[in-house]
Amino acid sequence: MSHLDGSIRGGQKPRATLGTIIYSKTFRTIATQVVMAVFVVMAGLFLYNNVVENLRAQSIATGFGFLEQDAQFDIGETPIPFNATDTYARAFLVGLLNTLRVSAAGILLATILGFSVGFARVSSNWLLSKVATGYVEIVRNIPVILQVIFWAVVLRNLPAARDAIDFGGFAFLNNRGLSFAVPATDPVHGPMIFACFAGIVLAILGGYLARRHRENTGRYISMLWPSIGLIFGLPAIVWLLGGAPTALSVPALKGFNFRGGVTISPEFTALLIGIALYASGFIAEIVRAGLQATPRGQIEAARSIGLRPRFVMRFVVLPQALRVIVPPLTSQYVSLIKNSSIAVVVGYPDLVNIGNTAMNQTGQAVEAIAVMMLVYLTVSLVTSTFMNVYNRLVAIKER
Amino acid sequence: MTKIFKSLSTGMLIGAAALATAAQAESGDTLASIKSRGELLCGVHPARHGFAAPDSQGNWAGLEVDYCHALAAAVFGDADKVRFVALSSQQRFPAIQSGEVDVLVRNVTATLGRDTALGLNFAPPIFYTGTGFLVHAGSGVETVEDLDGATICVAPGSTTERNVAQIFASRGMEYTPVVIENNKQLVDAYVTGRCDALTKDKAALPGVRAYDTTDPKEHVLLPGIFSKEPLAPAVRQGDDQWYDIVKWVVYATFNAEELGVTSENAEEMRNSDDVDVMSLLGTTGDYGSKLGLTEDWAYDVITQVGNYGEIYDRHFGPDSPVQLDRDLNKQWTDGGLLYGFPIK
Repeated sequence: MSHLDGSIRGGQKPRATLGTIIYSKTFRTIATQVVMAVFVVMAGLFLYNNVVENLRAQSIATGFGFLEQDAQFDIGETPIPFNATDTYARAFLVGLLNTLRVSAAGILLATILGFSVGFARVSSNWLLSKVATGYVEIVRNIPVILQVIFWAVVLRNLPAARDAIDFGGFAFLNNRGLSFAVPATDPVHGPMIFACFAGIVLAILGGYLARRHRENTGRYISMLWPSIGLIFGLPAIVWLLGGAPTALSVPALKGFNFRGGVTISPEFTALLIGIALYASGFIAEIVRAGLQATPRGQIEAARSIGLRPRFVMRFVVLPQALRVIVPPLTSQYVSLIKNSSIAVVVGYPDLVNIGNTAMNQTGQAVEAIAVMMLVYLTVSLVTSTFMNVYNRLVAIKER
Repeated sequence: MTKIFKSLSTGMLIGAAALATAAQAESGDTLASIKSRGELLCGVHPARHGFAAPDSQGNWAGLEVDYCHALAAAVFGDADKVRFVALSSQQRFPAIQSGEVDVLVRNVTATLGRDTALGLNFAPPIFYTGTGFLVHAGSGVETVEDLDGATICVAPGSTTERNVAQIFASRGMEYTPVVIENNKQLVDAYVTGRCDALTKDKAALPGVRAYDTTDPKEHVLLPGIFSKEPLAPAVRQGDDQWYDIVKWVVYATFNAEELGVTSENAEEMRNSDDVDVMSLLGTTGDYGSKLGLTEDWAYDVITQVGNYGEIYDRHFGPDSPVQLDRDLNKQWTDGGLLYGFPIK
């Protein structure tokens, strides 16, 4: 019982015997966690073994070997080259890229729309704010799957390819999608993209320097035009240096479809509009809540010291609003990515659509679903991580 | 502590083993569970006119539906003791593997891959067909070769999806697939002109034309069959008795037609002294009990559902909305592929 005496007699450091360890709070907390973790892992292993055993007992193929086999089916939209002799693994990759493509476009569109409508909601213009309210109520109260099907049906009922709506010979809208002219492939395009990125980096750097300057001297330098100049001007200079190629790849009706240019399929568009509008309704409300979260007194104080309305928004309202907006915005982005799996109903070849086909061809439902779940989990977690980093940038800095 | 873990993990292992064996189909299991349940669970297509689709009164009708009835007649002597489970193409294999249905009579093409990797057994095919194409009349497409560069609507996870890839690759032609799971959306995409052609098993296309298009005359079936699609009932591996029952119920309908036994004359044919007819109708031998059924199992099937010819004519004959030539689905004596093994 010496260890008890030791701990009772304060002051003196208790010796770490078996007894003190077992009765210490830290040990018990950790021990409970370890036991729980072991239990969860064992339960997982048990379920896994059970599935594998059962599948083997029914002589159903298991394992991920099928990923190396030829897929033997074709895919309608392929960001990377793909044909029937490629593997299932590559088919999944095509599906993932298609999912990312529509999700990225969806997030961009939903953000632009959501912020515009959110600002309109709090606008002092009566008509504008009512229209925005109506928009929000419509898009967020209709199930997203119905919206996607609605847009698919609308786009399918556009004129046939030979009666396509012609936009000056450079773009054609029909029930096979929107085909439009793009600059013909030219070696200068690579450097132009690089120049654009360089422009973005320089613009961010410029913005940072301008802010430092403002914080030090109180003088405001607008970086809006210089930024636009950098982002668009640098590629333009590269283009001029590259001989200013103006050749266009113009779509033309050949056989059944338009060839040449770039075609955006109706399935992609329907899915994009459907999921983006749906998300934009929620984002608009998040933005409205964020804007209204700034105490009225602060806005009045900002006005009373003579800040221009534009600056009140930019330096007083927005920084505080973003703190409220970003965390729920993250979950909207993540749910938009997950909603993109509705692609199945309209026939856009996303990850789930291709996963379904693979699952059916091989019969390996467990593995195909596991691949899909893992991919969505990864994409969602990466998105959250990025948004959390951004959130840390805009969050209140405790000093 | 370690002792608890030891017993826990042993318990888990035993549990795993017990569950594993429970899920394995043993010979006789399926028939016993069907009988104790009082009805047959039959996996069918949700809407394929001619094969399986609910009619205007909500009753299931179609060739495959009739085979579900035939199995119920063989097991219970009552063709109505069957519950239909509509399954999408994605759901169908997990449903039969997990035992959610007793038999899958759902436009399943028998292939080596499915027979082995999916743990299934295929009864004799009850319908021979192949990939076909439906195109818009007036589109100028007359043969499959005219479809170079076309957009093709196709259902996911079907053998058709692979066939199209093969058909176009072997001809050095290009195409763009539009793959839509929902049949309504798929057909709608074709009808509105999103796709130049709709491809399915050829036997399914007349049904689409008759029921899903606004004007059936606006759509034509391209000549030719482009793959082998033997549609066969599927059961789980492991229960040989149930597999035998499904197999011989199919053969009984083939043999009945060949021997001229119909739902109308089966009663009087019982007095026949032809030994083949007698074996079929159970007036001689103990073939029924060998299968674990009553001796008049085939008699019940034929009187309540009919022979193959009667079933075919009911759904694809000249008086049906989805007429289709019997083609390969004729008796072997007429140059077709139906060849009922002898009940001896």
